[in-house]
Amino acid sequence: MAIDYIERIPNNVDLGGNKTLQRALEHWQPRFLDWWREMGPSDFLASEPYLRTAISVDRAGWATFGHVKMPDYRWGIFLAEQEPDRCIGFGDEYGKPAWQQVPGELRSTLRRLIVTQGDTEPASVEQQRLLGHTAPSLYDLRNLFQVNVEEGRHLWAMVYLLHAYFGRDGREEAEALLERHSGDADRPRILTTFNERIDDWLSFFMFTFFTDRDGKFQLKSFAESGFDPLARTTRFMLTEEGHHMFVGDSGVARVVRRTLEVMKEVGEEPDKVRAAGAIDLPTIQRYLNFWFSSSLDLFGAESSSNAASYFAAGVKGRPDEAKFGDHLCRDGAMTLDLPDGKGGVAREEIPLRNAMNEAVRNAYVHECAVGARRWNGFVAAAGFAQTLTLPSTRFRRSTGLWTDQPVDPAGNVVSDEAYAAGLPHWLPSDGDRAFIKSLMQRVTEPGKFAAWIAPPDRGVNELPIDYDYVRLN
Amino acid sequence: MITFDTDPSRYKHWRVAYDGAVATLALHVAEDGGIVPGYQLKLNSYDLGVDIELYDALNRIRFEHPEVGAVVITSARDRVFSVGANIYMLATSPHAFKVNFCKFTNETRTGIEDSSTYSGLKFLAAINGACAGGGYEIALACDEIAMVDDRSTMVSLPEVPLLGVLPGTGGLTRLIDKRRVRRDLADVFCTTADGVRADRAKEWKLVDHIAPPNRFAALVKERAAALAKPRGDKGITLPPLRREIDAEGYHYRWVDVVLDRQARVATITVKAPDHSTNSFTSALYEPAEWWPLAMARELDDAILMLRFNELEMGTILLETRGDDMRVLSADADLDRNRDHWLARETIGLLRRTFSRLDISARSLFAIIDERSCFSGTLFELALAADRSYMLHTKGNEAPRITMGSESFGLYPMANGLSRIANRFAGDSAAVEKIEREIATPLDAAAALGLGLVTATPDELDWDEEIRLAIEERASLSPDALSGLEASLRFAGPETMATRIFARLSAWQNWIFNRPNATGAQGALKLFGSGTKPKFDWERV
Repeated sequence: MAIDYIERIPNNVDLGGNKTLQRALEHWQPRFLDWWREMGPSDFLASEPYLRTAISVDRAGWATFGHVKMPDYRWGIFLAEQEPDRCIGFGDEYGKPAWQQVPGELRSTLRRLIVTQGDTEPASVEQQRLLGHTAPSLYDLRNLFQVNVEEGRHLWAMVYLLHAYFGRDGREEAEALLERHSGDADRPRILTTFNERIDDWLSFFMFTFFTDRDGKFQLKSFAESGFDPLARTTRFMLTEEGHHMFVGDSGVARVVRRTLEVMKEVGEEPDKVRAAGAIDLPTIQRYLNFWFSSSLDLFGAESSSNAASYFAAGVKGRPDEAKFGDHLCRDGAMTLDLPDGKGGVAREEIPLRNAMNEAVRNAYVHECAVGARRWNGFVAAAGFAQTLTLPSTRFRRSTGLWTDQPVDPAGNVVSDEAYAAGLPHWLPSDGDRAFIKSLMQRVTEPGKFAAWIAPPDRGVNELPIDYDYVRLN
Repeated sequence: MITFDTDPSRYKHWRVAYDGAVATLALHVAEDGGIVPGYQLKLNSYDLGVDIELYDALNRIRFEHPEVGAVVITSARDRVFSVGANIYMLATSPHAFKVNFCKFTNETRTGIEDSSTYSGLKFLAAINGACAGGGYEIALACDEIAMVDDRSTMVSLPEVPLLGVLPGTGGLTRLIDKRRVRRDLADVFCTTADGVRADRAKEWKLVDHIAPPNRFAALVKERAAALAKPRGDKGITLPPLRREIDAEGYHYRWVDVVLDRQARVATITVKAPDHSTNSFTSALYEPAEWWPLAMARELDDAILMLRFNELEMGTILLETRGDDMRVLSADADLDRNRDHWLARETIGLLRRTFSRLDISARSLFAIIDERSCFSGTLFELALAADRSYMLHTKGNEAPRITMGSESFGLYPMANGLSRIANRFAGDSAAVEKIEREIATPLDAAAALGLGLVTATPDELDWDEEIRLAIEERASLSPDALSGLEASLRFAGPETMATRIFARLSAWQNWIFNRPNATGAQGALKLFGSGTKPKFDWERV
């Protein structure tokens, strides 16, 4: 199949002149489109959302807006502009020129990291594929589709790296990215969180706030990579990731604001809030507990030999590595809390390089806390004393030192019985999920919003809130 | 002190389930259950303690569950089968421990194959999650390998690229010898840290069967059922070994070990059956009193105890005590019942135990004196020895050796030869000549004439000859002796087992000693530290 590459696939990687890439994409691109039709947003192939498309990396080109059918979306391949004479910024190769090709000794490591990252991008599209049917507004539906097509583009970005730099192995891995499916018992996605169901919009907002934010931190770590094409690819992805953060951040905020409006009318009683069609704060807290703890696992174990070797090899750094003083981290240590096996907490010093996951996780938790503070600001301004709180990083972990430990959301080690008894109060119950589901009614009139969520402050691309953000056709 | 005593009620790492003719050994390693402190057994990685339980579980299946014809080895953990021997354990273990650990694990795996060949006990590996290094090597020891195909689970031998050492439990050898993986594909496989997914693993013959997760259990069930042919009906109970440990040594009912730390000499004495010993018929009810099994278990334990706990006991004197007619009569009893599962399993245990002796890195001297009974099965001890000294004297007290047919094929060595054939290195005329002497009591002169013993000092020379021989031996370099003995003990053909215990182990143990693996900047030492190893690039 002949493809007019420049027209069909906007890029800044000289796709027109790169036979290797063309061959790989000729094979892969039709499969991607098949995948989108089968696993992408269900029943919206003919709809035309108002989408942002990147057609170049400069200011004018990276955000071009227009109504477009999603299968016709122009998924492109973009790398941030090359920094001349870029050097590796951390690890044992510190100060040496960044690699423009994959170093042989790191082929396996880099491939695995890119595949794992790449696997999450289509996974989230799959997780969210039914959400379109219950969108609380056209504005939100459009944001969902924007997130979806951009996750699709991020898949392209990772596939580009596999195709351009990893030969036959890379092409096979690129195909496997389309063969695994979220929640598929036989071919699940690699990471557990990406096999969780997202079948309501509260979960979607929590996912974009917490889980996509993990993605942002992973991308920021890769943006430091000594492998320059990976660094440049992820830097450009980060410009798009900003919108996903916005969707999560503003989404949760709008839910909270709507809840507060209702609370002012009917009082704080969760039942009354629910009866009035809004989501009570304790339920929001339980969803928050679920998604925050689930997302923390994505950073890996607190003490990790993989993290140490990625850092040492110059493959994966810390977000904003330049702001750190010590880029070698040969001697430093970090003190971690861990269960002492007797129901208490012990402290252990581990070498800094082994603690890189924890260093990144700490930065992530800090950013999540900023979001929570903003929501609590709304609550306080509305005159209520309740707060939304991030649970302890020890709570409900399935990876690392606190795996399967009976810890309450405050971080206290409790008895197994107390843990079992507490869990239904700490995480969304079946009843909570049924209630949330009952709220999920589709709203398709421009400018109208479901009763459980406040309208946004402003529209997309300076358009009014009641703009026709999705032509449903 | 390391001991090998355990039983299912004490297992920390394996879950055993019986379902008719199929037993399932599911690995669920307790992270904090290491045999010594200092490392965590994550991701079903194993240490000696895990393998001791495996060895015990296998013996229980052999003897306590003859109704079992197939064993499924799998993982009880989610998405991980096993990532092999624990690297931090290896990196922090002294060289001698690493070597002993690898040898024991190798023996357990060749023991799996031994049971498949001789007892018809078949093994199926069910790889239901990430499978790396020693994890895959356990699978390789099985008759068939089934692997889950979920498009992400990988099987790998990452030792070379990740650790700068070899897969140490027969992985390399079994890839090409047993599974007939093409050598170039094996080369690619063993240098790719990530390994390969199920579809390619099948294509390259690394596994036999693949299935997606929802059909995997059915596949495993189907293959296990196809492999399972019961070996017998009702099993026996293996009683705990009766063993006392004191300053002098280890004392069992039929085996005694005396340690002379000054001289660095251990004496293993094996006693003949006595009037209290049961016959085969009652063995089914009172296995503890049945000499062939009890003696084999004790000898097996004694060898392992010496290997792990008494590193400096460089010379082992092999002695026997008792009435050799009782040994021959026990042999005859065993022979009459050789088609019974219990006889077959007991012969198997004896075969593997003598083999353990063959590959022990200790000098073995058999001391055949007037109280000895090196006849029948016990003559294997003399044949296993590097040298044998037989007292030359007159009269009724003169020691005699009476060979049984056992020495001509019942207990083959790792190279597939009987110890007699091995001794004469394929000289079939010599072996035939000796075979004619079966059941003839041979005195020292006759035994020397046939080449069955090394030297026959008379009673005037005996004490001094033996003392000198032992002292001289004990003065030689222990490393050179290990190499010398291992080279001379195995004549003739190579088999997969000899290639594992000699070629592979020797290379591995050399690599273990090289700075590129275990130096301050070696790959094994630095694994997981986030510091890149620094290699000496010279090829040696």
